[in-house]
Amino acid sequence: PPIVLFYVEFERKCRSHVSLLCCHASCFGDEDNAGQFFSSGHTNNWAVLVCTSRFWFNYRHVANTLSVYRSVKRLGIPDSHIVLMLADDMACNHRNPKPATVFSHKNMELNVYGDDVEVDYRGYEVTVENFLRVLTGRLPPSTPRSKRLLSDDRSNILIYLTGHGGNGFLKFQDSEEISNVELADAFEQMWQKRRYNELLFIIDTCQGASMYERFYSPNLMALASSQVGEDSLSHQPDLAIGVHLMDRYTFYLLEFLEDIHPASKTNMNDLFKVCPKSQCVSTPGHRTDLFLRDPGSVLITDFFGSVRKVEITMETINLTDPINPVNGELQIRKYSYVDQLPVSEIIHQKPKQKDWHPPDGFILGLWTLILLVFFKLYGMKHLKHIF
Amino acid sequence: CATGINMQAAHWLAPRMTRQCGNDFQEELVIRPLHSGDIYASFQFRTVWETDFMRGNKVSHYRLFPKSLGQVISKFSVRELHISFTQGYWRTMQWGQPFQPSPPGAELWVWFQDSVTDVDGTWKELTNVLSGIFCASLNFIDSTNTVQPSASFKPLGIGNETDHRFLRYATLPREIVCTENLTPWKKLLPCGSKAGLAVLLKSEKLFHSSFHSQAVHIRPVCQDWQCKTTSWELRQTLNVVFDLHNSAQGKREWSLFKMFSRTLTEACPLASSSKIYIDITDNPQGEQFEVSPATPLLSQAVVLGDRRTFSVYDLTQQITFGTVRSLNLLIRWKSSEGDMLRPLLHAERYVAGYGLQTGEIHTLMYNNHPYRSFPVLLLDSVPWYLRLYIHTLTVTSKGKDNKPSYIHYQPSKDRLRPHLLEMLVQLPPNSVTEVTVQFERALLKWTEYTPDPNHGFYVGSSVISSLVPSIVAMDTNSTRERPLFSSFFPCKEESSYFVRVYTEPLLVNLPTPDFSMPYNVICLTCTVVAVGYGSLYNLLTRSFQIEEPSPGLAKRIANIIRKMRGVPPL
Repeated sequence: PPIVLFYVEFERKCRSHVSLLCCHASCFGDEDNAGQFFSSGHTNNWAVLVCTSRFWFNYRHVANTLSVYRSVKRLGIPDSHIVLMLADDMACNHRNPKPATVFSHKNMELNVYGDDVEVDYRGYEVTVENFLRVLTGRLPPSTPRSKRLLSDDRSNILIYLTGHGGNGFLKFQDSEEISNVELADAFEQMWQKRRYNELLFIIDTCQGASMYERFYSPNLMALASSQVGEDSLSHQPDLAIGVHLMDRYTFYLLEFLEDIHPASKTNMNDLFKVCPKSQCVSTPGHRTDLFLRDPGSVLITDFFGSVRKVEITMETINLTDPINPVNGELQIRKYSYVDQLPVSEIIHQKPKQKDWHPPDGFILGLWTLILLVFFKLYGMKHLKHIF
Repeated sequence: CATGINMQAAHWLAPRMTRQCGNDFQEELVIRPLHSGDIYASFQFRTVWETDFMRGNKVSHYRLFPKSLGQVISKFSVRELHISFTQGYWRTMQWGQPFQPSPPGAELWVWFQDSVTDVDGTWKELTNVLSGIFCASLNFIDSTNTVQPSASFKPLGIGNETDHRFLRYATLPREIVCTENLTPWKKLLPCGSKAGLAVLLKSEKLFHSSFHSQAVHIRPVCQDWQCKTTSWELRQTLNVVFDLHNSAQGKREWSLFKMFSRTLTEACPLASSSKIYIDITDNPQGEQFEVSPATPLLSQAVVLGDRRTFSVYDLTQQITFGTVRSLNLLIRWKSSEGDMLRPLLHAERYVAGYGLQTGEIHTLMYNNHPYRSFPVLLLDSVPWYLRLYIHTLTVTSKGKDNKPSYIHYQPSKDRLRPHLLEMLVQLPPNSVTEVTVQFERALLKWTEYTPDPNHGFYVGSSVISSLVPSIVAMDTNSTRERPLFSSFFPCKEESSYFVRVYTEPLLVNLPTPDFSMPYNVICLTCTVVAVGYGSLYNLLTRSFQIEEPSPGLAKRIANIIRKMRGVPPL
């Protein structure tokens, strides 16, 4: 039997007011679940996943980003809500012994590239400028929708960065860096433009904790794979491919996320425990002081999964008949295919002159005239200086 | 990247209709075994829609034609659109001529309708929208790599006027093709990758090949033989050449499963025709290779100047799939003798010279016909940072100078537009024609280098368009029912057929600065300034005072006692 549900939009201040009407006995879930469902305050999910490294030996950074992409897609965020930026192509790289694949586990167990992947920014397009423009929304007007972050004030955004970094900066493609101050300012711009409800920032680089030290906007939660002064290490090489496949932190993060399904109730405190020092060698860090809610009440699926707002209605809509384009009067002239190489036409083609140039010798004649007039006026005695 | 809206749920239940409200979809696969043991597979998917996008007609009801492309055509007033993504280089001498030629990287050429007032602005917006649809970096197409050919790339569709002001051509030789380009391409098909021939398009096998090219061609075609009204045709083509050693482990035995790791179980229900053609012209009695399961259907078609015979498998007939309900074609080679027909037109290009200052581009065009000569149109688009010296342009055939009957040269402007050179050259029979031009490399500004400048910079392929004499009479009747692969290029005369050959792209090294130089200079300058200025400043502004050496211990105790007594110290 059809169920009619009405969601009521609520202010973020009054989170506890939820109206739920259920018209039939078989209601959706129980009251508790519904209450939890609405308590987070977001209505849509976005993800911005960035890999900033180029060259074959940085295979692991692309594998990191693709494994987060795969988890996020599996948990429900559609491609239209994911902005994936990969600075280099590893799958179809000529050094890849298995083209069109990117593996995360050795012995080629798991292909995180898959068959259904859409990369929005690739190769040289992954620059600091493009990344900041995507975050703040200040893109040129002709940018296609798939390359924009069209979030609003009810969006939960997941931002994942990986690459090579240092104390206070992240390196983009070996040629430029983004500093932690710039990143914090970008998030403040997003906050002032009401472009996010809550934001989860994960970074897997060396000294990653330095990147979230300068945040000052509300509702930000950050995780990093290592503290200042520590290096993030890579996990395991694959001898057939010849490079390290993943970084440790993201490897254990992927294993943790593989156990999550769209309806699971795991919360952020479990995410903070991913990859302890014994497994990661570096100490992962996190920052929750800017976040309004208690991390224990934040579900993993609030950021990694997707909320789909579905409204089922019993109304009927009458569709009008399709407008058949009127063909108009039949053309008298007959169309034909064009000659592909009309040799005689080409030979007799006159190239169109776009800029007008004065005829040959005109400038020379003009200068001669000026000189003659000058010497006529001021006497011929000056001429002897020239000849 | 945008996905097409597929409203296919209802169509699965509908019986097969040949024409559904003016939409027609056909799919075919042509398999041509090559003499070197490799195998060439060419997919063609054609959607024809009887509607009129011209003159701003509003179209809102889409069925088989993908909505994303339909909206692009009507918004940007496009008359023809051809875009291709290729990985690898087509080896003409080993593989023959392809059914649809394409250069390595990405290539885009568009004819706009004559109602467009600002062609350059529309071109820029179109490239941005297409980069979103196909997940490619087409937004890097700007005025520095766009040219307006004056004689090449005539429209492939119908049309009466050809004003080259409405044509734009650009290539990105560096563009990488991978699964993320194949995914949106497959989503444009009416059946997606769920039924029909598109089931075979698995990226892990397609990209593990010597050559992979996928293209989208949109053009207006004649609706019927009278040709008074137009319909819009969308052709999606995918050409792939599988290597004997990579995909078949050296055994000359090919099957659909070996090539694509899938077999066929049904045709696309929305297709009016779904066929597989296997080229058996070199195998009339079955002595070279054997094809199983056998099929009684044979078809002949004139394609690329030659009459070829094909075994046909019609997937719309249930009997093709046999009792196992799955079709896995097997082609087993028995003998490896026999020579392939030498292609009549073939081209090469390379850079000569040494050092990072000057160089020379050589383009060689081979005419392998024993007694006929034919004209070729060479289009060269060289980026502005290779400064061509056109006064050193030479065209020689058989050692003698060969003067082109038409030259169009547009010089480059630094950072604004590239060089464009178009020449109509007559190639004498059985000869090699060499076109050479010297160039000088420019020094770019340090912000203009790519993040990996030591890789080099690419120069796009040259395009050679030609009317090559054909061995058999070509079919000039364009509206007769023909297999899709033979009706790509329109044919106007019987004795020759149109062919386009692409040369290799060039990779040139530009003089690259040391990018650590600014850091080194700042360190050195600051050190020199600090040491030099600091020392000078101290010398000028410090004053020196004489200081008494500190007294010994006994004297210090005596001084303390004298201080207590109130007596001046020693």
